[in-house]
Amino acid sequence: MTTTAGAPGTTSRRTNILLGGAAWVIGLLFVAPVLWMVLTSFHAETDAAQNPPAFFAPLSTDGYQAFFDAGPWPPLLNSLTASVVSTALCIALALPAAYALSIKPVEKWTDVMFFFLSTKMLPLVAAIMPLYLFASQLQVLDNIWFLTLLYTAMNLPIAVWMLRSFLAEVPVEMLEAAQIDGAGLLRTLTRIVAPVVMPGIAAASLICFIFSWNELLLARVLTSTVAQTAPVFLTGFVTSQGLFLAQVCAASFVVSLPVLIAGFAAQDKLVQGLSLGAVK
Amino acid sequence: MSRAAAPDRTLDKAGRWARRAPLLPALIFTIVMTQLPFAAALVIAFMNWNSYYPDERGFAGLTNFVDIFTDTNARNAVIVTILLTTVVVLVSLALGLGIALLLDRPFRGRSVVRTMMIAPFLVVPIAAALLWKHALFNPEYGLLNGMLTLVFGDDAPQRDWISSNPFLAIAAALIWQWTPFMMLILLAGLQSRPLDVVEAARIDGASPWQIFTNMTLPHLRRYIELAGLLGAIFVVQNFDHVFTITGGGLGTANLPYYIYETFYIGQDYGRASAAGVITVLGSLIVATFALRTVLSIFNEEQR
Repeated sequence: MTTTAGAPGTTSRRTNILLGGAAWVIGLLFVAPVLWMVLTSFHAETDAAQNPPAFFAPLSTDGYQAFFDAGPWPPLLNSLTASVVSTALCIALALPAAYALSIKPVEKWTDVMFFFLSTKMLPLVAAIMPLYLFASQLQVLDNIWFLTLLYTAMNLPIAVWMLRSFLAEVPVEMLEAAQIDGAGLLRTLTRIVAPVVMPGIAAASLICFIFSWNELLLARVLTSTVAQTAPVFLTGFVTSQGLFLAQVCAASFVVSLPVLIAGFAAQDKLVQGLSLGAVK
Repeated sequence: MSRAAAPDRTLDKAGRWARRAPLLPALIFTIVMTQLPFAAALVIAFMNWNSYYPDERGFAGLTNFVDIFTDTNARNAVIVTILLTTVVVLVSLALGLGIALLLDRPFRGRSVVRTMMIAPFLVVPIAAALLWKHALFNPEYGLLNGMLTLVFGDDAPQRDWISSNPFLAIAAALIWQWTPFMMLILLAGLQSRPLDVVEAARIDGASPWQIFTNMTLPHLRRYIELAGLLGAIFVVQNFDHVFTITGGGLGTANLPYYIYETFYIGQDYGRASAAGVITVLGSLIVATFALRTVLSIFNEEQR
């Protein structure tokens, strides 16, 4: 179809259209539940619970009304605090570490990388009970800052791995040349290191933010009312009686919105982040 | 620079610590936040500690471990965890590979389809679990039965999707979320393929199938391994879907849910810790193999 170095000539036009059509059908199937969630969230409860589905029922914002009447702002703000602060902490801790693992690597740096990733493989759930006991001893149960520290620890290995893989691409010869030329540290960092590392920081931040925002288990066990996060609020929101489908869809959509916006806006960063920087 | 100082041993030592210094905050933080709790779990696992019976707290030896190995629920949780992880990772890898191959070809609206494909991964997991449970699986007004009515009319078959197949219900919702993840990594892998070599092979008369098996798949191998490994890390720890869709009932409790239940509802700290220790040991065995693969992937990639 276009002039890419792809298929034209080797496969017939018909096959191309067929495969393109198949991609469209599969894409629509995957996005359908999300579209259904959004559509249902804008229906009245009675229209949302129809069988067969009432696709063209009149739109309504009752679901959103019910959600926002339930007091979602404190949990949303808690989630925002925990996600943003833990992401910033992650980058602040991971950046120097990644430097010590790439540009001027410590001896046995692969072992250190191995250690960081291995902490990611240990199921968090195994630590949840001791964490709960620590937290109650230190009186930081239901405290958003304790949760923020845990999210930092949870995402730090990912940030270290990603930033290392970006820093490894900094041309070391240029660094040495700059040092010989007497360029100051700040100048070296802003001129040579920053351009290579900034995309890595962006990708790492996106992933750390998404994973903190999504986290449920730790938040559920370690918070109750004051420090409740948005996912915990969602689990409690469903206990309401009667018809609640539009409300649940509205709530789910609102809570997912920050991740949807960030992920769609930075699709290439998403790929880099998800692959721990192995794909650039 | 540090080479000039090499003969002087004290300076060399200082230099080594100067190299290590930037690493230390992250390393110490990680050790304190992740290793201390595990160490505590290891101790508590050998204790008799149930907060419903505070007077009976004490050393319990291997009792908790024996309890777990003889508890059918615990054994079932191990099996569910292994099955769920394997099924979800393999199916979403296969689907992700197929879709990545489709999206690697030029066609009208490719970027729109790619964006649509990413959407499931960007729905917050607990929200996705709620969406599947209430908006799709619900036997009365869920979209799945609704579509059946729409297509087959009023006497269409109506299923209770979750009760009739709870394991597959959870797996389907997870596969829906993780296929985009696999697809994204594999698509990036496909697009990093050296196209001139593929073009040369095509001119030499290689069939698309030959190109796929002899060139594309070997190139994709490490991306497949990476996607599978990372996916497995996350799916093993899944709690949200089991918690929401079945509430751990109908034989679908996996290890994270079992530990949560033992600790949070049963208040049996000793047994919950023992289950945690067993989970960690199991993960470590798998991780030792998996990490070796990852390291080789990254070493190939860089330098």
